[in-house]
Amino acid sequence: MDFLRPTTWADALSAKAEHPDAMPIAGGTDLMVGLNFGQPPPPALLDLTAVGELAGWDRDDGTIRIGAGVTYSQIIAELARECPALAVASRTVGSPQIRNRATVAGNLGTASPAGDAHPPLLATGALVEASSVRGTRVIDIDDFFLGVKRNALAPDELIRAVRVPVAAGPQQFAKIGTRNAMVIAVCTVAVALDPVRRSVGTGIGSAAPTPRRAVEAEALAAANLPWSSGGALAEDLARDFGNRVAAAASPIDDVRGTAAYRRHSLAVLARRALQWTWAEMTGGPR
Amino acid sequence: MRVELIVNGTERFADDVWPGESLLFTLRERLGLPGTKNACEQGECGSCTVLLDGLPVCACLVAAPQAAGRDVVTVEGLAVEDQLDPVQEAFVETGAVQCGFCTPGLVVMVADLIRRTPTANDAEVREALAGNLCRCTGYEKILDAVRLAAARVAS
Ligand SMILES: Cc1cc2nc3c(=O)[nH]c(=O)nc-3n(C[C@H](O)[C@H](O)[C@H](O)COP(=O)(O)OP(=O)(O)OC[C@H]3O[C@@H](n4cnc5c(N)ncnc54)[C@H](O)[C@@H]3O)c2cc1C
Ligand code: FES
Ligand code: FES
Repeated sequence: MDFLRPTTWADALSAKAEHPDAMPIAGGTDLMVGLNFGQPPPPALLDLTAVGELAGWDRDDGTIRIGAGVTYSQIIAELARECPALAVASRTVGSPQIRNRATVAGNLGTASPAGDAHPPLLATGALVEASSVRGTRVIDIDDFFLGVKRNALAPDELIRAVRVPVAAGPQQFAKIGTRNAMVIAVCTVAVALDPVRRSVGTGIGSAAPTPRRAVEAEALAAANLPWSSGGALAEDLARDFGNRVAAAASPIDDVRGTAAYRRHSLAVLARRALQWTWAEMTGGPR
Repeated sequence: MRVELIVNGTERFADDVWPGESLLFTLRERLGLPGTKNACEQGECGSCTVLLDGLPVCACLVAAPQAAGRDVVTVEGLAVEDQLDPVQEAFVETGAVQCGFCTPGLVVMVADLIRRTPTANDAEVREALAGNLCRCTGYEKILDAVRLAAARVAS
């Protein structure tokens, strides 16, 4: 097996073009588990951790561009205000040791239906910046997940960054697991309120073959929340919202939980996440 | 391939490294540093915790060549000659060590925690140690050790 270790982004793209079957490695927290357990090794590893350009994030107008090398620990420490749902989700990933290495780009590379970064990215309308020697294209997060652990990247493409709109209002992420740390989600929900556009974004995880939005729930909340008065969120609306989020899922029974339990908990988490965000925005009771 | 890195302040190299092998394997099997333990090889237990460029990580999930040119501190690097690190002393004194398999990872993690957040409260300590499993102690003595070490370092 070869080990490719470019130190510039241009070299990384050339390496990927020359060796399309080289497997990128960032934090290694998905990839190394497989290698340690004897999965057939790829012909080459393409290490991205020596590429300085990937290590940081920057702000461009209303968008945070998170470099592919940025870890969950950095997001928690540096982007909690700009990307609240993503920061909350980042806090739930693995353990401190995992968060010090693992990246959102790696989460997208794996494209697991249980990836915790995905619901916040869906709820906030993020964009994935995919580059190759042919150029750069921006993939809408809605078009990124193609199936279980399948994504829209071409063989010669690498993720350069993820573009997340700066939060226009409160956001939340909620996750069910067997303990508070180190768990693959049984299910997750992200909710993002945008009081300027009067819209509500959602994302659900571990609830279908891919992470997905609950579009009908978004429409229901956007149309019925008392945006103008800033009044209390009606209990019925919160419950209907939760039920529509659950209806958007197509969960399975597996070792972590049953489909029925997942549907139930999605409805509860979504109702609460809407209540929390609305309360935060209006200063009302949670 | 050859991997050159800095381990516990000394320049080291390992030859014949398979590019997909873990830093944990390289440290233990090629560099003669078996203090860092291997218990799961999947990031779940924390017994392989080392500092990589100053940050605690699971050595089992770092590909060895990713550590080339980087700075690694293992549990062997904490004591200064015969003088144990305060965290190591506190673990011994409070009885936080039973079989000892989790201890090196915990000691590295706690040393990092105390350096960063000397006044960490119990909730913060639990959060910081969430990735380090111990099958023996029930964690209470480990928390005692953290409190003792933190108090000594602060005074
Ligand atoms: C103990 C443990 C606990 C975990 N807990 C959680 C959890 O709570 N929630 C969660 O969501 N995940 C969890 N994970 C999974 C993992 O940490 C995440 O999926 C993480 O985001 C992967 O990032 P990485 O940088 O480590 O990826 P890597 O392992 O380096 O790569 C993962 C995949 O992405 C590809 N890739 C990486 N970077 C790029 C790039 N720039 N362009 C294109 N492809 C790329 C790689 O080729 C590979 O296929 C856990 C893993 C472990 C070991
Ligand atoms: S051996 Fe690395 S975390 Fe268990
Ligand atoms: S002392 Fe035995 S695992 Fe912790």
